[in-house]
Amino acid sequence: MKRTFSRIAFGALACVLVSAADAATLRFANQGDALSMDPHMHNEAVLLSLTGNVYESLTGRGRKFETTPELATDWKQTAPTVWRFNLRKGVKFHDGTPFTADDVIFSFERARGEGSDVKVYVSAIKEIRKVDAHAIDIVTTDPFLILPQTVSRWYVMSKSWCEKNNATRPADVRKGGENYATLRANGTGPFMLKSREPGVRTVFTANPDWWGKVEHNVTEAIFTPIGNDATRVAALVSGEIDMMDPLPLQDVPRVQSNPNLKVMQSPELRTIFLGMDQKRDELLHSNIKGRNPFKDVRVRRAFYQAIDIEAIRTRIMRGVSTPTGLMVAPDTQGFAPELNKRLPYDLEAAKKLMAEAGYPSGFEVGMNCPNDRYVNDSEICQAIAAMLAKIGVKVNLVAESKSLFFPKVIGRNVSFYLAGWTPASQDSHNALFAVMSTPGEGAQGQFNGGAYSNPRLDELTRKIGAENDTARRNAMIAEAFKIHQDDIGHIPLHQQPITWGMKKTVEMVQLPDNFLYMRWVMVK
Amino acid sequence: MTRLAAFLDSDLAWSFRHSPVTVVAAIVAIISIVGAIGSPLFAPHDPFDLAKLDLLDAFAPPAWFDQGKAAFLLGTDDQGRDVFSTILYGTRISLAVGVASVVLSMALGTALGLLAGYVGGVLDAFIMRVADVQLSFPAILIALLINGLARIAWPDAAHAGIAFWVIVLSIGLSGWVQYARTVRGSTLVEARKEYVQAARVIGRHPLAIMFQHVLPNVTGPVLVIATIHLATAITTEATLSFLGVGMPPTTPSLGTLIRIGNDFLFSGEWWITVFPGVALVALVLSVNLLGDWLRDALNPRLR
Repeated sequence: MKRTFSRIAFGALACVLVSAADAATLRFANQGDALSMDPHMHNEAVLLSLTGNVYESLTGRGRKFETTPELATDWKQTAPTVWRFNLRKGVKFHDGTPFTADDVIFSFERARGEGSDVKVYVSAIKEIRKVDAHAIDIVTTDPFLILPQTVSRWYVMSKSWCEKNNATRPADVRKGGENYATLRANGTGPFMLKSREPGVRTVFTANPDWWGKVEHNVTEAIFTPIGNDATRVAALVSGEIDMMDPLPLQDVPRVQSNPNLKVMQSPELRTIFLGMDQKRDELLHSNIKGRNPFKDVRVRRAFYQAIDIEAIRTRIMRGVSTPTGLMVAPDTQGFAPELNKRLPYDLEAAKKLMAEAGYPSGFEVGMNCPNDRYVNDSEICQAIAAMLAKIGVKVNLVAESKSLFFPKVIGRNVSFYLAGWTPASQDSHNALFAVMSTPGEGAQGQFNGGAYSNPRLDELTRKIGAENDTARRNAMIAEAFKIHQDDIGHIPLHQQPITWGMKKTVEMVQLPDNFLYMRWVMVK
Repeated sequence: MTRLAAFLDSDLAWSFRHSPVTVVAAIVAIISIVGAIGSPLFAPHDPFDLAKLDLLDAFAPPAWFDQGKAAFLLGTDDQGRDVFSTILYGTRISLAVGVASVVLSMALGTALGLLAGYVGGVLDAFIMRVADVQLSFPAILIALLINGLARIAWPDAAHAGIAFWVIVLSIGLSGWVQYARTVRGSTLVEARKEYVQAARVIGRHPLAIMFQHVLPNVTGPVLVIATIHLATAITTEATLSFLGVGMPPTTPSLGTLIRIGNDFLFSGEWWITVFPGVALVALVLSVNLLGDWLRDALNPRLR
């Protein structure tokens, strides 16, 4: 009896040991948390990256950032504005319900409906027609060449699950609401959401019934937001976490010199820029009453020329940012290298422009800035405040957490702000449409926080979306960029690097969208 | 002059002179306070004047290191601010926020504690339940709540002038509970003593009894709490500033400066946080020691 018991105990112990060797837990940290688990609530990389492990889209990204089949197995253009997508069969949501064309159509309505912040990914789509349970026709308003890339960030949710749990609409990020889907998730992806404590930790487990070929060995992944740079680095060095994003630039040498750790760094597609309210007749946060100084291009130009981007690059970004004259990064489709020139840093010219515009002694303006979103975001804002002080502009800086910051920018309740944008489709059209176009119907100008507007640019953007010829398309993109540059619709600053710190035992794939694809993570 | 002579001859002055620790603490506190108040006179740079900052000066080590610059005695921070000057200016903000909010907490807490302890009954129950409820939330949360309300009332609170008073209000209103509880406890004890009974018998007004007879006998613990609370208030201010609801990052307080420097602790730029940290420790410790000494010196039972 005793022997039997000890055998059982030994067997159980052996099982535990074996599973401990195979099973791997990935513990990773970011400087901030996603605002929600609802993939339609907020169009932001941290949220889309986290939920992208749970939810899937019609198309996805491969290891080389190429567009790959995901929930759609193949697609083709059957007419200039009609695309046939064949859907993958045998896919199940995490709650066991099968994935069908109805879920896609439901997710389309949800993503373009009230409260959605991801309208930009479906705005080209006029309607979706069901062919059968596993085939759909997507009809676009105009011919839209980059449809397959554009839908890759529009995640498909379960119709029955959303209806059952009263979550058929996303909670509006500007109002900070909540519903069933903000804390829970039910996708088709390789990972399932196990538990969610906003701001504390989020736990994922591997989906044993996933349709795809498993290329990871993660059974459980624990995500913890750690705001303080030093604490995050300490957590990595002490082995408390396996991976962190972003690794503070000042700590790169220290992590590199640690025998157990490594650094992964590559340029991000994200462009950091400054926006200015060009719509209101009087700024919300300024001492100038009765008129809006930012409506004068000379003021915008003066701001631009007062910024010493080299000092920001060498001091704050420690030499690893790429100053830019355009609102898109070099690897973006339509990037125009000949236009990628910044206005020169010239304090005297800036002062002269301010005087010509009627503000020889400057003015006061409130500036909004996140302090847990981009690499050294609040530091850049402080430096810009100091640079603008030299042309007499007194900046009242509010640097705050992104949960307070983003609703203000999306609601266009800012006068002067710093933000960043990655064209998710890796195509200039997305930046032109979401950031530079006049705010209008649906997703147009959705992230244009200062409501910059030029009708010619809007018209070009529409044409670019419908153009099939690459050369003509690139020429129009370049023209639109030139207009935006001459207008100084925004002040582009730089492309930031993606910098991850991790244990040497962890293998990951780093793509220029700075998403964490857990399906390619190997933990030794 | 005779008054000064009388003071120097008093027990208080005697006990001060015979406690070397207290003398040192007093000197440190006076240096901190004078340095903070007179920062525009003593500081070699004005770190709050953004037009004079140069980002290219950033991360210079203290002057005695190879790459140090003579102009920046204790080095510069990530924005090119002189650490020494910023300590002086930042201490001024931290001290002002700390002292003002502690005074507010202390006045409010002591008054409510006295009332609760002396009047008793429904009023006591009400005040103490409010205190219990507030105590079940962290002080920082209360401060955030009050801050949020204040910012709805004054939407332009981004300006340093209003931001200061909003912070004082939020920290002050979040910290009164400890005072109220302590004072109430002591008042309950004191109110039963004979001198209070005597005062009642001769028909003094309850308010007069509370503030003239009871209050002097319960101030000992209040002063001790106040000295500790000063340190808490300074760190709470730093936290609020980090959350973006405190002082603007362009006019850093001592606490904010430490927090900024904290980010660079691992990367070898230790001076950004160590010097302000030493300044804060010296300030808080000296105030604490002075408070301790004051409590003992004023306690008749220890004489």
